[in-house]
Amino acid sequence: MEAASVPAPSAGSRPLDAARGFLQRWGLIVVLLILPVWFGIQDLSNDGNLVRLGNNLMAGLSNGAIIALIALGYTLVYGIIELINFAHGDVFMLGSFVAFQFWNVVLGIGLGSSVPAIVLGLLLSMLVAMIVCATLNVMIERVGYRPLRNAPKLAPLITAVGFSFILQNVGLLWLGGSPRSVDDLIKAQDTVFTFVGISVSRADLLAFGVTIPLVIALTTFVARSRLGRAMRATAQDPEAAKLMGINVDTTIALTFLLGGLLAGAAGLVSALYQTNVWFFSGFQAGLLAFTAAVMGGIGNLRGAVLGALIIGCIGQISDNRFGGEWTAAVVFGYLVLVMVFRPQGLIGEETREAG
Amino acid sequence: MSEVRAAMSRRPAQIALFAIVLAFAVAFPLFLPKTDGNTDFMVTALTYVMMALGLNIVVGFAGLLDLGYVAFYAIGSYVLGWLASGFFANANIHLGVSGFTSSLPGIHVNWIIVGIVAAIVAAIGGILIGLPTLRLRGDYIAIVTLAFGEIIRVFALNGDAITFGKDVRLTAGRQGITPVDPIQLPGIERFNPLDLRPWYWTALVLALITLFINFRLRDSRLGRAWIAIREDEVAASSMGVPLVRTKLMAYATGAALGGTAGAFLSSYQNTVNADSFQFSFSIFVLAMVILGGLGSIWGVVIGAIALTYINVKFIPDTLNPLFNDIGVGFDPTEITGGIFGFLLVTMMIVRPEGLLPERRRKLELTEGIGVGESDLGGEAHP
Repeated sequence: MEAASVPAPSAGSRPLDAARGFLQRWGLIVVLLILPVWFGIQDLSNDGNLVRLGNNLMAGLSNGAIIALIALGYTLVYGIIELINFAHGDVFMLGSFVAFQFWNVVLGIGLGSSVPAIVLGLLLSMLVAMIVCATLNVMIERVGYRPLRNAPKLAPLITAVGFSFILQNVGLLWLGGSPRSVDDLIKAQDTVFTFVGISVSRADLLAFGVTIPLVIALTTFVARSRLGRAMRATAQDPEAAKLMGINVDTTIALTFLLGGLLAGAAGLVSALYQTNVWFFSGFQAGLLAFTAAVMGGIGNLRGAVLGALIIGCIGQISDNRFGGEWTAAVVFGYLVLVMVFRPQGLIGEETREAG
Repeated sequence: MSEVRAAMSRRPAQIALFAIVLAFAVAFPLFLPKTDGNTDFMVTALTYVMMALGLNIVVGFAGLLDLGYVAFYAIGSYVLGWLASGFFANANIHLGVSGFTSSLPGIHVNWIIVGIVAAIVAAIGGILIGLPTLRLRGDYIAIVTLAFGEIIRVFALNGDAITFGKDVRLTAGRQGITPVDPIQLPGIERFNPLDLRPWYWTALVLALITLFINFRLRDSRLGRAWIAIREDEVAASSMGVPLVRTKLMAYATGAALGGTAGAFLSSYQNTVNADSFQFSFSIFVLAMVILGGLGSIWGVVIGAIALTYINVKFIPDTLNPLFNDIGVGFDPTEITGGIFGFLLVTMMIVRPEGLLPERRRKLELTEGIGVGESDLGGEAHP
C-alpha cells in the first residue's frame, strides 16, 4: 500500500534523494519545532530571555490539557466503532453549561461565597456535569448510533452531525446566543508561583489538577480492568469479541460513558478557565480536539493527549504572535504537515483495517 | 439528450419519465410570477444539486471522505469576485461584457469564462488538497480535507490584511465583495433580481451538464477505477489501477464542479461573502450525498433537493408557523438548526442506506455478504 501510493520516484538525482531521506527522517521533528525555535530565537534577540515563549508554552500546555479531555472522548469512540463523533464537542459544551448553572443557580455560589463552599460546590458541580454528560452521551449512542451499527459506515456520521445541531440548539435556547460570562470564582489569572520567569496561574493548575488524575485513571482503567480489556478486544475485532462472550453493545455504551465523563469534567474546567460559556464553544473545541486526536494517531489514548498538548501550544503561540484570527489556519496547517510526514499520526499504530 | 442514452438505454419507460420531468422542469417558472419564491428555491436547489453531484464523485464514487468541500465553493466564489467585480478598482479590464458593466472600473469578464476559470482553478486546488492525502487512509483523509477547508476560510476572512503592492488585497474579508457582475449570455436579456427565470434556466442547464458528466464518468474506465478503489484499494492497485492519478482525478473533477457551482451561487446572491464558507456548508452538502444514497446519482439529486427544501422552505414556511400556532414559548426560528438536526437523525435511522441507494451497494446490503463491511471504501480489508 505504502509503496503503491507514494508518487513514483522519477529518475531522481542524488541530492534530491538525499533531501528526501533527510525529510523522511527529520521532517516531523523540524515541523514540530520550527515555530517554538523560531520565536525562541526572536525572543532571545529581542528580550535576551525566553520568558515570553515560556509563558506561551505554559498557557498552551494548560489549554492543551482541557483539549486532551475532549480529545480522549473522540479517540475512545473512534477506536471502538470508527465513528467521528461530531456531537462530542457539543456534549462538552453542555457540560460547561450544566456545571455553571449548577453552582450558580442550584447551589447559589457566587464571588461572595467562602472558600470551602466554593471548593465543595465546584467539586459537586463537576460530578453533576460528568454524570449528565455521560448519560447524554450514552443516550445519543443508544438512539443515534446503535440502530445504525450495520448500516453503511457514513450513516452514523450524519446522525452525529444531526445530534450536534440539536445540542447546539439546546445550548442556544438555554443561555442565549452570545457568550455568557461566568463568575471568576477561582481568580483564574492570579499567579500562584513563578518558575524561571514563567508565571503559573491558578487556571493552569486547575487544568492540570483535573486532567492528570483523570487521564491516569482512564489509562489504568483501559489497561488493567476487565471492562477495559473488553473495550480493547472490541476495538480490535468486534466479531471475535462477541464470540468470546463480550457484550459488545454494553462495551460500546461504556466507551461513550467514559467519553462523556471526561467531557463533563472538561466542561467545568473550561467554564472556570475561560470565565465564559457559549453554545458555539463546543463546535470550536470539538474541532480542535478532533484534530488533536487525529494528530496523535486516532484510537490511541496517549496520542490524543500528546496531540492535544501540541495543539494547545501551537494555538497559544499563534494567538500571541500572529493574532487569534489566524490560529485556525496555523493549527490546521500543522496538522496537514504532521499527516504528510507521519500518515498514521504521531504515535498512532496502524488502524484495524490496515492490519 | 445523450445522458438519457447513457443512463437508461434499456428502459423506455424511464426515458419517458425523464422527458416529462425535464419538460416540467423547463416550463414551470413560466406559470409563476417572475420573482416567485418557488423559482428562487429551485435555483438554490439546483446549485446544491451541482455541488452534491461534485462531492458524490469524491465521496460516493472514489470513497474518499471529503469534509472540506466548502473550499471549492470558496475558490469558485473568489474567482468570480476577482474576475467579475469592481474589487480590483485600479485595473480596467473588460472581456466579453457589454452594456453598463463594460463602463465600470475593475476587472469584468463574462460569466461563461469565469465559470470555466473557476472550474480550472478549483480543480488545481483539488489536486493540491488531494496530494497530502494520498498516503492517508479512511478518516485521516477526512480531517486533512477539513483542515484545508478551514485554512481557506481563515484566509478568506482575513485576506483583507494580505496585500500585494499597493491597494491590491487578497479578499475583502468580512465586508465581502459586493456587487458582482450578473451573468450575461447572448440572446437573453440581462440577468437581474427582478426576473429569476434566466437564472433558473442557467442553473438547470448547469445541473444537467453536471448530471451528464456524472453519468458518463461513472460508466467510463475512470469511473470503474474509482469504484474499484472505493471497494478495495489494494486489490484495485494490484489490478493495475494507478492509485495516485485516479484519486487525484476524483478530487479534481469534484472540485471543478464545486468551483463552477460556487461561482454561480455567488453570482446569483450578488456577493462573495467570506462568512458563508463555514465548515457546516461542507457538512450540509455531505449530508445531501449520504442521505440521497452514496454513489447513487439520482439519489444524490433527490437528497440535494430534499435537504434544500427542508432548510429553505419546509422549516421556515411550514414548521415554524405550526409551532407558532401550537404556541411554544420561544421564537421557532431560533431552533431551525435543531429541527434540521432532528430531521437528519430521523431520516438516517429510517433509511440508513439513503433515499435511493446505489444498485451495487443495495446488493451488498441485502445479500448479507459484507454486511458490517459495507463501509465506505478507502480502507483495505485484509
